[in-house]
Amino acid sequence: MIYFNNVSKIYKDAVALDDVTVTITAGEFVSIVGHSGAGKTTLTKMILAEDKPSLGTVFFESIDVHKLKNKDLTKLRRRIGVVFQDFKLLPNKTAYENIAFAMEAVGKTDEEIASDVPHVLELVDLGHRVSHFPNQLSGGEQQRLAIARAIINQPELIIADEPTGNLDPINTHEIVQILKKINDLGTTVILATHNRGVIDAIGKRVITMENGKVIRDSKHGK
Amino acid sequence: MAGTDLKRIIKSGFINFKRGGSVSFAAVLQVVNALAVITAIILLQGVLYSSLNQIKNKVDVTIYFVVGAPVEKIMTLQKSLIKLPEVAEVIYTSAEDNLKNFRTLHANDYPTIAALDEIGNNPLGAYLNVKAKEISQYESIANFMKSDNALASGSDSIIYKVNYHQNKSVIDRLNTIISGAQKFGFLLTLYLIISSLIITFNTIRLTIFIAKEEIGVMRLVGASKMRVRGPFMVEGVIYGAIATFATLVLFWPATAWLGRKMTSFLGMNVYDYYVSNILQIFAIILLSGILIGVISSFLAVRKYLNK
Repeated sequence: MIYFNNVSKIYKDAVALDDVTVTITAGEFVSIVGHSGAGKTTLTKMILAEDKPSLGTVFFESIDVHKLKNKDLTKLRRRIGVVFQDFKLLPNKTAYENIAFAMEAVGKTDEEIASDVPHVLELVDLGHRVSHFPNQLSGGEQQRLAIARAIINQPELIIADEPTGNLDPINTHEIVQILKKINDLGTTVILATHNRGVIDAIGKRVITMENGKVIRDSKHGK
Repeated sequence: MAGTDLKRIIKSGFINFKRGGSVSFAAVLQVVNALAVITAIILLQGVLYSSLNQIKNKVDVTIYFVVGAPVEKIMTLQKSLIKLPEVAEVIYTSAEDNLKNFRTLHANDYPTIAALDEIGNNPLGAYLNVKAKEISQYESIANFMKSDNALASGSDSIIYKVNYHQNKSVIDRLNTIISGAQKFGFLLTLYLIISSLIITFNTIRLTIFIAKEEIGVMRLVGASKMRVRGPFMVEGVIYGAIATFATLVLFWPATAWLGRKMTSFLGMNVYDYYVSNILQIFAIILLSGILIGVISSFLAVRKYLNK
C-alpha cells in the first residue's frame, strides 16, 4: 500500500531521513518508534506530501505522491485520516462542526452529515460534547475528537503522529484501544510514537528509527 | 453539488465572522477607515469642483461696440461666436440696457449722473459678454476675434475694444491655479486611496494570519482550495458591507454639521451634496468595500493555501 523507496530528506544543516526503504501493506498496524528528531514525523509527512523528499520516491498504492497535482493531492488526502499530537482541531468550530467539515470536504450531503456525525461522536464517547468548542474539551477529549474526524470518511489509512504525547496514561490507553479497534475493522494504521508502553500494548509491527535511518523492523512489537 | 458547496461556504463565512469577535470588529473598523477616506475624497472633489466652477463663472470676455453700431452686425457676430465649440454662451446687452445698468450702478454718484444728463444722448455702446467652457479657451476666442472670419462682414469697424488682453494675466493665473488644484487633488486622492488600501489589506492579512494553521488543517483533511478560501472571501464581503453602512451613517451627522457651519466658507452645502448624491456614494463605497475585503482575503489566504 505504501512504499518508501530510498527516501532521504536533507535540510540545510541536518539529515532528517537517510535512505529509508520501507513497505507497508494494507491492513497493517505499524508503529514507528524513535527518539525526538529520529525522523518519525518527517516520514509520515512524506505520505501526505506535506514535505518533499530530497532523494527517493514515496508511493501510495501505485501513485508517486510527490508528482501529484494540487487537485489530485486533495483527493489523495481524502483517503487518509490524520491524528496529531497537538490535535489540530479547528478552534472556531464546535465538535460537531469539526467532523462535519471533514465530511463536507469530501462532498457528503447534509443528510449524511446529520446522521453520521452524532454516531461517530458517540463512538469516541463525545456524544455529550457535540456543541463544545475544542478549548472547552480536555486533552483526551480533543484527541478523541481528532480521531473521530480522522475516521469519519472511512479512510484507507490512518496516520497518527504522537497521538498520546500530550495525554495522561488513562487517556493514552483509551486512544490506543480506539486505534486498535479501527485497525481491526480493516483500516491501515501508522502510529509514530516515542512511548515504549504504547508499542508494547499494541504488540504489532514496529519500525525503529534513529538519526533518520531505519535501524530495526520487527514484525511483532518490541 | 456546487449549490451545496456555495451554501456551505456562505454559511461558514457568516459563522466565522460572528465567532471572530474582536478580530472581525478590527477588520470592519479598518475597512470603515478606508471607506471614510474614499467618501471624504468624493465630498472634497464636490467642494473643489463647485469652487472652481464659481471662479470659472466669474471669468468672461466682453466685446464693447462703438456707439451707434448696427444691431444686425452685432447679432451676426454673436451668431458666429456661438457656433464656436469653445463658447458656452454669448449674452447681448443693448446700448439702452447698458445705459440703464450704468445709471443704476452710479445712482448715488451725482457728478457722474449729472455729466451723463449734460451729454443728453447715450454715450455708451452695446456689448457682448462671452463665456468660454474652459478658462484656457479664452485665448482662442480672442484669437478668433482677431481673425478675418469673425470680421469678414466688416465688424472690425464696430468693435470699440475687447477686454481679453486686460484680463489676460488674471485669466492665465486662474488657469494655472485651477489645473494645479486638479492635479494636486488627483495625486492626493491617489495617495490616500493607495495608502488606505495597503493598510486595510495588511489588517485583513493579519486576521487571516491568525487562522493560518487552521488553513493548513483544512487542507490536510482534504478540503479543496475554494472550500478553504471561500469563507474568508465571504467574510471580506461582510466586512465591506457592514463598513459601507457604518460609513454612510457616520457621514450623516458629520456632513449635517458641515452644512450648518461651513456652507459659506466652502461655497456649497456639503450636507445637501451628500444627500442628493447618496445613492452614487453608496454604490461607490459598497463596491470599494466589498472589493477591498474580497481581494485582500483572496490574496492573504493564497499565501497559506499551497503549504
